[in-house]
Order: sequence, then structure tokens, then C-alpha cells
Amino acid sequence: MYVYDEYDQQLLNERVAQFKGQMERYLAGKIADDEFLPLRLQNGIYVQRYAPMLRVAVPYGQMNSAQMRALARVAREYDKGYAHFSTRQNVQFNWPKLEQCPQILADLAEVQMHAVQTSGNCIRNTTTDEYAGVIAEETVDPRPYCEIIRQWSTFHPEFAFLPRKFKIAVNAVPGADRAAIQVHDIGVNIIRNAEGQIGYRILVGGGLGRTPIVGEEIRSFLPEEDLLTYLDAVIRVYNQFGRRDNKYKARIKILVKALGVERMAELVEAEWERIKNGDSKLTAAELERVKKHFTDPAYKTLSDEPAELTSARAENAAFARWLQRNVRAHKQAGYAIVTLTLKQKGTPPGDVTAEQMDQIAMLADKYSFGEIRSTHQQNLVLADVEQSELFALWQEAKALGLATPTLGLLTDMICCPGGDFCALANAKSIPVAEAIQLRFDDLDYLHDLGEIDLNISGCMNACGHHHVGNIGVLGVDKKGEEFYQISLGGNAGEDTSLGKILGPSFARDQMPDIIAKILDFYVAKRSEGETFLETYRRIGHDPFKEAIYGPAH
Amino acid sequence: MAQLIKQGQLVSNDEWHLIEDDAIIADYGIISLKRWQENAAALLPLAQAGKIGLLLNSDETADLIGDDCRQFVLIAVNFPKFSDGRGYSTARLLRERHGFKGELRSVGDVLIDQLFFMNRCGFNSFALRDDQDLNDALAAFATFTVCYQNDVNDQRPLFRRR
Repeated sequence: MYVYDEYDQQLLNERVAQFKGQMERYLAGKIADDEFLPLRLQNGIYVQRYAPMLRVAVPYGQMNSAQMRALARVAREYDKGYAHFSTRQNVQFNWPKLEQCPQILADLAEVQMHAVQTSGNCIRNTTTDEYAGVIAEETVDPRPYCEIIRQWSTFHPEFAFLPRKFKIAVNAVPGADRAAIQVHDIGVNIIRNAEGQIGYRILVGGGLGRTPIVGEEIRSFLPEEDLLTYLDAVIRVYNQFGRRDNKYKARIKILVKALGVERMAELVEAEWERIKNGDSKLTAAELERVKKHFTDPAYKTLSDEPAELTSARAENAAFARWLQRNVRAHKQAGYAIVTLTLKQKGTPPGDVTAEQMDQIAMLADKYSFGEIRSTHQQNLVLADVEQSELFALWQEAKALGLATPTLGLLTDMICCPGGDFCALANAKSIPVAEAIQLRFDDLDYLHDLGEIDLNISGCMNACGHHHVGNIGVLGVDKKGEEFYQISLGGNAGEDTSLGKILGPSFARDQMPDIIAKILDFYVAKRSEGETFLETYRRIGHDPFKEAIYGPAH
Repeated sequence: MAQLIKQGQLVSNDEWHLIEDDAIIADYGIISLKRWQENAAALLPLAQAGKIGLLLNSDETADLIGDDCRQFVLIAVNFPKFSDGRGYSTARLLRERHGFKGELRSVGDVLIDQLFFMNRCGFNSFALRDDQDLNDALAAFATFTVCYQNDVNDQRPLFRRR
């Protein structure tokens, strides 16, 4: 992973000092609340329902064990002993004291971590595939490009006060969308052209929230060295012409819709034409320098499917199930990619305790070259595990509650913090997730149902990505009471689609029954081997609607 | 009268002032883009003599004045609210695209914590909002000694220097 040099560290140290000064001026009454707001937001601090929340950046989901231990220390010393992994691959602390945040950030800077631009109307953490660099299918490792974007976007002088937040995601697997790039402000798809050159297909104007839109192609092929100048051009157009009169219409997707993608492309191309050969054009040396940080670890020469794995799988059905669900093929023979699921029954999705974090760091050191990734499905990944050690790892992970064999299944839900924490939420989301987890805890049934994305958001800001859940749940407020609206048919993969609302919303205590009815209907209608989404797409929306609400009158 | 910082120092004898569209033009008056566009021929000698400056509001993009910006010795870019970030692009484009070499002044809701970014985007004078602490403001220009991107003051991004 990327290791800071003296420039990176110096810049981060100066950021820590800057925010310490800003906090002192704020506490001394020299900065008004509304003027302190963007300063604290761009340092990751929200003021939540009960306490401030600190969102620490995990750039494109990459961490090492020392960083994980530092996060555990923050959870223990400044919070209530746990942390929460978010759908942007970041980590959130729900109970720090506002005045302690500068010290937390100083502590984190010692392990090259920060909360820079994890909130506010600026360029946010760039996200990518949690399997980057370890799967054979990818065109190229996307992480160096993410790091180049991270550095370019960090304290960009022109784009610190955009109309609204701005999110970039990068995918590098052909025929797949492993980072939901189609629902980002800019989606970067790393591709090879007919001549075999690396470049990017650029999408613009996707997003969830109040107005979910699938992004459109603005450039079919951008050469590798032109990444930053092109991003500058897109965001410069957005900064000048994006709406600022209404925050619900301020995202770039609204500008793209208003102009049409062709006109948007013309404006961007005209801007880019004038800056593309400037000094921000990437150099071969810089690409090389950053790529060197992401070379393969010292893999041993091994073969796939060692004897100890074969026998352990044959002897232990639970281990076999975990292998089938939570372990994925690695590009290197003899290795495997392991997902540690943060979806233990009775725990909010994405939550981990300080003790678990320390243990995860230990597992990373012991089994996976000391590195850990966070995923947008709110799980953690050990990316480089020897297959002969999978059984030992499974036993340790199981004891820690991190081996629920449900990756990609119904109870591997994405869920925002919701009304338990968030001041924006219309409804709680965690109790709905918990009720569903309790109701559907039979592993045989879950495995039989197969892959289903169930995504829960507590309000239309859609942090739980409900629009792209096969089953989406949205918390709504009806005359002061919490209700839940269900949508079906959303998907965040290569064939991204937005869910369609099923009908009138339900009370919280009805939700497990309603989900059960939807699932029963799917099971009754599915053809052999068909996933929920495939059945839904084949038979259509109305039969599901009728199954829940009865025949239309 | 706003506190003015120029070249890292407080300036107390600045004569520039905004003038309304219906007011008589006086020396060191800063006029609106609309007034310039309606009377450019008549106002050109005053601009070239350094007697009038130009104001761009946040919704007036740099290309609306274009290369004519070079006729002025001073252009003020207004920040109606500190969170309105359009002026940063305006400043960069005036400097980098349209070759403006004169005084580029930020006016309006100009706060301490914007100064570092403004300076990088090409502003070289800053009409601070009245309530801002001058010492804190002067210190803000030294917030960072490292920047990743290029800017108006250094065309080389860090990757061409490291």
C-alpha cells in the first residue's frame, strides 16, 4: 500500500496544526457556528443527534495493521469502545468529544491516517474494488490511480467549496462494476483500448440520494496520463455552473440532466483542451513512483488446493460453507481472499469493537502481510491468505464473531447508522436490520435463497444505498411516526438499475413479515438456479406487488 | 471599511471603493461588469490609466470579461457568502487563461480560513470581513508549506518537484 514520504507527512502534520488552531479559535468564540461548519466537516466531524461523529478516511479501503490498532485505540480512549465501517469504506466514531477531535487527528496522523474531506462540499474519499490487486480479472490494479486522485483532490485550492459533495469511484474489472461507479458523481472505468493502451472510460452524473440517477458516459477513452487534467476540467465546469440555490439540486447529476450529457461533454472538452498539456498532465515517472507502492507482496510459490484444505473442507461442513461464501479465488496460486463479515447477529452492520479491531490487526499480521481492506458492503477483507492456513484463520475469525458465512446473502445487509445516531434520519435503520437478522438466522435457508442485496437507509439521502438494493428499504416519516418503504429490483453491479417502489410503506414491526412474504414469493416463482434479481427481472414488478398488497382494484 | 491585506501586510491607505451603477464614476472606483459592458469604449481610457477597477460577482464567470481583463489594474471578485466557491475558478481563469497581471482582490465574505486557497488561486489582495482577526489572518498564509497540486503561484504540481 502507499507509504507516505516526507512531503505527505509534512502536509498531514500541517493539517493537524491547522485544525487545532481552528478549533481553538472556535472555542474562543472567534469563529461563528455556521463558519466553523465547513471547517469541521472537511475534518470529518458531523454533529449528530447525540454527539459529534468523526469520520476517518480509509483511502480506497486500504489499511495496515498499525492503522487498525490506532483506530482501536481511538475507539477505546475517546469513544465507547467500538467503531463503524461505512459504505464509503471509511470508519466512523460515534461518541468523541468535539474538543478532543484535534488530538484524535494528531494521534491518527502518526500512522498516516486522517479525516481530510470525509465530509463537506468537496471531493470525498475515492473508492474502489476491495479486491484490487488480487484478482486475475482486473485490467490493472486501480489503487495507484486512486492514490493519484487522492493526492490531487487533497486541499485542491479551487474545489474546497463546491456546490455540493463530490464522489469519485474507480473500477478496473472488465464487464463488471465492482465499485458502484455508475452511481457516483464521476465514475472512472480503467480500460485498455484496441491498441492495448491503458486509459479510462469516464461516466458523469450518477448518484443516489433524493434523485437517483445512473451516470452517463462523457468520454469513451481518456489516455492514462490525462486523468487529473480531465478531472480538473469536469469539476471546474461543475464549480462554475452547478446550482447553488438549492442543496437538493446542487449535485453534478442535476447539472448534467439540465444541460444534457452532450452539452456537458462539450463544455468539459473545451475546458480540457486548454489545460490538458499543462503541468498537471501525469508523467510516466509519477505513474511509476505510485505504482511501486502497490507491487505484490512476497508470495511463496504454492499450488492451489493444498491437501490440508481439501481434508478440512471434507471434514467440516461449517468451514466448507464459509469457504464457499466468504472466500474468493486469488490471482496467485495457493492464496485466497477472505472476507471477515461485520454482520454478526445482534450487532449493527459494519460495527466492530476495539477488541475485535486489535484481533483483526493480529490476524492481518499473522495471515495476510499485515494489510486489511474495508468494503462498501461494510465488511473487512484479508486479501492475501495462504490456502493452507484458511482453516486456522477460520477458527480464529469464528471465535471473534467475524466468520458469519453470509457474504452476499440476505443478512449481509448494507445499513446506514439511521435515527439511532444521525440527525438527518427520518427513521431508525439498525433495529430493522436487527429484526431481519433475527428472523432469518437459518443458514440453510439463507444459502438456499442465494445472493440478495438488502440495503437499508434511514432517509432519502440514501447512505444505505437502498436504491441499488435488490430489496431496498427506506425509512420515511409519516406524521411523526417511522415507516418503511420497500423497493425491488435495484442493483449496483455492471447492469446497474434503480429499484422501483413496491407500494405504501409499513410499520417497523411489520417489516420481517413483509420481507418474508417477498422472499416466499420469490422462492415459489424462481426457476432452477435463478437469483432473486433474475426472477424479479423475468416476471416483473407487478406480481410481487400483488403478492404483498393483493390484486389491484 | 474592510481590512485589506496585500503582499502579506495590512494596507491602511487604500483608495479603491465599489461604486453603484447609478453613481458617478470617481477615481479608484470599482465598477460592475454590466457597466463596463455597456460603456466599454468610453471607460477604456480610465481603465487603462488605472483609474477604475472591475467587479465580478460570483455568478459572473471569467470568460465574460475574457482577455479584456488586461485593460484593468484591479479586478475584485465578490464572495457573497464564504461557502460560494465560484470565485476560486474565476481567479484561476483570469490569471492562467486570460493573462491578468494586475491586482486581484477578494471582497465580500472573506474569512481567515479561505485565504490560503485564495492566494493559491491567484488573489493577491484580500479585503477581509471586518470582524476577522488580523494577526490570525496574516498567519493563515503560512498554513501549508507543501501542496500536491499546481496553482497560480507554482505551475508545477508536487509530482514534478518531488
